[in-house]
Amino acid sequence: MLKTFKLGGVHPPENKLSADKKIEILPIPKTVFIPVAQHIGAPATPTVKRGDEVKVGQIIAKSSSFVSTNIHSSVSGKVKKVDLSGDSSGYSKQGIFIDVSGDEWIEDIDRSENLVKEFDLDGRKIVQKIQDAGIVGLGGATFPTHVKLVPPKGMKAEVLLINGVECEPYLTSDHRLMLEKGDEILVGTQILMKAMNVEKAVIGIENNKPDAIKLLSEKVKNYKGLSVVALKVQYPQGGEKQLINAVTGKEVPSGGLPIAVGAVVSNVGTAFAVYEAIQKNKPLFERVVTITGKGVANPSNFKVRIGTATTELIEAAGGLPENTGKVISGGPMMGRAIASLDIPVTKGTSGILLMPEQESVRGDYISCIRCSRCVSVCPMGLEPYLLMTLGEKHVFDRLEDEKVMDCIECGSCSYTCPSNRPLLDYIRFGKAKVGQIMRSRKK
Amino acid sequence: MNKLLTVSPSPHVHTNDTTQKIMYRVVYAMLPVLVWSVFVFGLDALRVTLIAVVATLAFEYLIQKYLIKIKPTITDGSALITGILLSFNVPSNLPWWIIVIGALAAVGIGKLSFGGLGANIFNPALVGRVFLLISFPVQMTSWPVNTQSGVDAVTAATPLGVIKESILNGVPISDIIGKLPSPVDMLIGNIGGSLGEISAILIIIGGLYMLWKKVITWHIPVAVIGTVAVIASIFWLINPEVYINPVYHLLTGGLMLGAVFMATDMVTSPMTPKGQIIFGVGIGVITISIRLFGSYPEGISFAILIMNAFTPLINNYVKPKRFGGKQ
Repeated sequence: MLKTFKLGGVHPPENKLSADKKIEILPIPKTVFIPVAQHIGAPATPTVKRGDEVKVGQIIAKSSSFVSTNIHSSVSGKVKKVDLSGDSSGYSKQGIFIDVSGDEWIEDIDRSENLVKEFDLDGRKIVQKIQDAGIVGLGGATFPTHVKLVPPKGMKAEVLLINGVECEPYLTSDHRLMLEKGDEILVGTQILMKAMNVEKAVIGIENNKPDAIKLLSEKVKNYKGLSVVALKVQYPQGGEKQLINAVTGKEVPSGGLPIAVGAVVSNVGTAFAVYEAIQKNKPLFERVVTITGKGVANPSNFKVRIGTATTELIEAAGGLPENTGKVISGGPMMGRAIASLDIPVTKGTSGILLMPEQESVRGDYISCIRCSRCVSVCPMGLEPYLLMTLGEKHVFDRLEDEKVMDCIECGSCSYTCPSNRPLLDYIRFGKAKVGQIMRSRKK
Repeated sequence: MNKLLTVSPSPHVHTNDTTQKIMYRVVYAMLPVLVWSVFVFGLDALRVTLIAVVATLAFEYLIQKYLIKIKPTITDGSALITGILLSFNVPSNLPWWIIVIGALAAVGIGKLSFGGLGANIFNPALVGRVFLLISFPVQMTSWPVNTQSGVDAVTAATPLGVIKESILNGVPISDIIGKLPSPVDMLIGNIGGSLGEISAILIIIGGLYMLWKKVITWHIPVAVIGTVAVIASIFWLINPEVYINPVYHLLTGGLMLGAVFMATDMVTSPMTPKGQIIFGVGIGVITISIRLFGSYPEGISFAILIMNAFTPLINNYVKPKRFGGKQ
């Protein structure tokens, strides 16, 4: 029996079109737009101005508080302007426009491909270096990694979970990374274990990637304290709380952090970024992005410089299909539909998904027939039909009692509703309102 | 590039299952029962079903279009189910105008007055059936004898009617057992009764189909049937001369039809498995209580309607197990 999480879950068609496409390097664009807020927390403060010359890997915006990160230039060239432009959130955000010339890297970076296994930094120095390198959770949540590595007072991490689940349909960037950079990910994992002072790390991989499971299961034999767990193909297996539950059997308490059950979760992409930062002195300025969709000529996995416009990726994959109706940054279950193809790849961009017109527009919805499918698929044990009604009717105190804040917004309820009801839309609205009320109560 | 893109919140994919498909699966599950009723009661059974279905659809359309003034929803399949279920709950020789009145009560009172699909508290077909049972007790309880064993026009009491009479008149079970059909006849449906309730085996097959297609879960049917079986067995063991063998309770009357096709109505049953079991046990207890101690021979319709009324309360108190809640 494969391990899985205990409550709910759905199994949307996997559509991993780009699973056997090797990671290719996307040509450097002529211009980039690098937002200063690519992470959860305070935006970084720009340290460059118009006309400045920058190199690849140079800091161009500095972390402004503990929960924030540095932003590094992904290209070499001249700063065109520091200005507002749209990002995947749909809002205009501050960022740095750079006109590219050449590809000159700062000297500290080791650009060789050879594997470096040994490291002798102590935990504190590792955390510092991760912070300097601007590393955030690359699974999509973009929470600054150095913050996770320092547990709150009185709490101790016992196990590190490396998330290689990639439960979102279509996306394959983590899958390819595990196949092509397996050792690097494992060394990165060991570095993270040292930083957190834990003895044990488990890599969780969904069972639809048997090649990655086989490869990493072989490789972990050479590393101390590492193991690989195959997980049932069930969305949202890669949700932080679901992964912890599937691997350790423990439940993160309602409203609590994973550290409350002694677990810290990092994505495989993050582990790879940590490897590069510590062993190669390379800050985070590029990542693997899947470009995919049913109409796409060449679904691919590209290594992309941060700040590259979406349109460049689309061109490299064979151009925008005629019938494209929607472009999604991320996967189809939790990704964001973007309004413009100029939006840049940021640290959290795991994929770009092009949806044909006929799949882009939502159909009408009809009455709830109380089939209770939303209740049975909710991985948090909530009652989405009820939360939607309470949201519609603005019954916020009741929403709080019904644990609306536990919702992880995985979308399983909306996905599964036979009446096509926009359950998650109203739940998000309710969460936002209840969050406001809770914050105002604390003041 | 000036292409206009659709922007909407996630998720961006949706299952291809629809409410309409679910409704039609219920209809498919009921077809074997319908075919059997035609086989047993002749074309009269088809007449009753057709009148019930046409009347139900027509009332839904007319009321929605001209009274409530909304877009009629007769294609969603729910009114079709109500029509078929209503016909399953009446004798095959029922005059057409009574069926039409039943359809009006089912759709008008039972469904649309509450706000239509999803908003009704009571099972619409049962509202129709009980309305008729109270308004036309004679016509609703004269059962044609099945065409293979006798003449069309003759009517006779159902097995449950015979059993009820023995309880009320203090006739020992051993005296009436000969008047009752054999368990095999009851299982196959070679007995008298309402259109859709006679063949236990075909109802169970329909239920299994719905289980396989994930239209229903096992909780409600098992809880209803199990509760009736347990309580009927206890009384039978205490005094088999007064209380009949539980097999008769399980295979006669509307128990199977109610447990499989009517108590499982999604709209009017609880949302959580635990709630569904409470709901099913409640139906079982009320059904067998009416059968053993009430004045009606049969109680499943009333039992389901009574428990329908408790459904919102059950939903309010029986919550699913929360992730990360108290262990």
